[in-house]
Amino acid sequence: MIEIKDLHKSYKVGKNSLHVLKGINFSVKEGELVSIMGSSGSGKSTLLNILGILDEADQGTYHLDGVPIKNLNEKIAANYRNKFLGFIFQSFNLINYKSAIDNVALPLIYQGMGRKDRMERSMAYLEKVGLADWAKHKPNELSGGQKQRVAIARALASDPKVLLADELTGALDTKTSYEIMDLIQGINDEGKTILVVTHEEDIAHMTKRIVNLKDGIIIDDSMNEQVKAIQNV
Amino acid sequence: MFSIERWQEVFDTISKNKLRTFLTSISVIFGIFILVVLLGVGEGMKNGIEKQFQSDAENKISVYTGVTTVGYKGLNPGRYIQLKNEDFDYTMSANAGNFESASSMYRIWSGLITYGEESGSYRVEGVMSDYQALESASMVSGRFINLTDQKQYEKYVVIGQKVADDLFDEKDPIGEYIKLSKINFKVIGVFSDPGGEREESRVYIPLSTSQKVFGAGNDIRSMAFTIPKRTNFDDALRESEMIVNDLTNQLKTKYKVSPEDTSAISVNSSLESAKQFYDLMDVIKVFFWGVGIATLLAGIVGVSNIMLIIVKERTKEIGIRKALGAKPMSIVAMVLHESIFVTAISGFVGLILALVLLENLGPLIDSEFISNPEVSFNVAITTLIILIIAGALAGFFPAYRGAIIKPIDALRDE
Ligand SMILES: Nc1ncnc2c1ncn2[C@@H]1O[C@H](COP(=O)(O)OP(=O)(O)O)[C@@H](O)[C@H]1O
Ligand SMILES: [Mg+2]
Repeated sequence: MIEIKDLHKSYKVGKNSLHVLKGINFSVKEGELVSIMGSSGSGKSTLLNILGILDEADQGTYHLDGVPIKNLNEKIAANYRNKFLGFIFQSFNLINYKSAIDNVALPLIYQGMGRKDRMERSMAYLEKVGLADWAKHKPNELSGGQKQRVAIARALASDPKVLLADELTGALDTKTSYEIMDLIQGINDEGKTILVVTHEEDIAHMTKRIVNLKDGIIIDDSMNEQVKAIQNV
Repeated sequence: MFSIERWQEVFDTISKNKLRTFLTSISVIFGIFILVVLLGVGEGMKNGIEKQFQSDAENKISVYTGVTTVGYKGLNPGRYIQLKNEDFDYTMSANAGNFESASSMYRIWSGLITYGEESGSYRVEGVMSDYQALESASMVSGRFINLTDQKQYEKYVVIGQKVADDLFDEKDPIGEYIKLSKINFKVIGVFSDPGGEREESRVYIPLSTSQKVFGAGNDIRSMAFTIPKRTNFDDALRESEMIVNDLTNQLKTKYKVSPEDTSAISVNSSLESAKQFYDLMDVIKVFFWGVGIATLLAGIVGVSNIMLIIVKERTKEIGIRKALGAKPMSIVAMVLHESIFVTAISGFVGLILALVLLENLGPLIDSEFISNPEVSFNVAITTLIILIIAGALAGFFPAYRGAIIKPIDALRDE
């Protein structure tokens, strides 16, 4: 599903260049639930942003479901993001003047789906994350956990090939974090490929594979005995 | 591009940001208000000046004579050129078919008119039937002098509205007799003239009668003609210039007047003065459009600035949208749509305000220079189209900025 080879990325900081990713080789198969672990500043988000076609690598190759991701123009990049990828952010990134259901429907607008279908489908995903009753509420009327559920519903709405989550529990308390992870595990059990970036051990252990990143290289990549989040709730 | 979704988004963002939208609107409302009011005032000035021109037929050619100032062919300067009936007849036959209406005129100098106890001094002119058209006078009651009156030397008089008001008060003047230099004339008509009181304090009698009764023989004071109207002003102007030249040459040859002598025989075309007027009007128009557009431009820059702030404020949102699959074009459309919508609506408000002002204040303004300032439907439509373009223009830079910003940078924005 995801195939990267010798990925490099540097940031320009003033006159200096900060080498963040120093040759990443890594692949994810369909249906996997992978966590990318590492301390703050190790380059996890940088990697995830490249995988999400939000940013571009300086060097190396990236194939997403067999499609080479290189030098895309914005129009095609937007199309791939819409069709292939679902994002979940630490800070939720909901549009605050839109209701929950309108937030979920947003990627479907960009697919050109008609209003009726869009609303039905968005409602179905809100139900899936347990927020059917909150469809008409604006984000500021929802708790952190609820916001992240809306964001997950939104990421799922366009039925992407891969879900990318960056510190999705970073802004939540432990109990809510586990509830969210339970939802993520459920979605993965249905076959969705999911990549989770985290610096929290317990969250990482709820995935099936842990990739350890340090100073821009992968120092460890091993399967993990998945801890079911529901046991901790 | 402008789907229902987009409209919904525009309404969403506008209702979320009422104050911001309101502030954006103010500058456009003001800009379009100024533009339309200026155009209205310009139109008013045009009406005002036009009114002064409309006092006579607009395609009138008049012939006056005076004293020669240059010696020519052995003749001394200082000779008075006296036009005669034959000159009129000759001119008519020499320019057969060129004129729509024609009349010669004899002016009586002692214009004392009495009716019963009332009396007053007015301009008395002996004229032919076409004179009504030449003056663009219209009959309030009765009729104008006709060919029969002319042939039969009738002692009939047509009086101006002012004269009627002065001498007859409320009474109907038709059929009454007035004394003109002690001779009785029967009033057969009352006229009004767009030239106003000045031209309505005249009385007209048949030319033949005036020449006979006042011992003028065949003398006439002046001649006037109109040429048929042409739809194209330049054509009309060229035609009138040609006739003016012909007339001048004909008369100067006949009376042995030097071609350089401009005061002995003068032939004037009202079209030429009209041309000067239209040229002046064009300058005024350009000026007002210029000032109006400049004001509007300031408004556009204002909108553009505010849209830029809006886009900056919404950078994060744009990042989110891009992450969810928004193409650059859809961001452009989003910004432009809002910009055009806000500009158009507020421009419409400015337009309405200006129209209300002109509608209510316009009729009250009626001076020499400004009369009934108004805005034509065409101008209103034009300004609305300008507004749409303005909105697009104002939205362009912000939209472009929104379109090119990289999603990763946009998402990082706080
Ligand atoms: N846009 C950027 N410009 C400059 N430096 C950056 C930028 N983004 C991230 N960095 C730096 O790159 C390093 C890796 O960042 P990041 O990928 O966000 O780490 P993580 O997600 O693991 O905390 C950090 O040192 C960070 O300061
Ligand atoms: Mg007149």
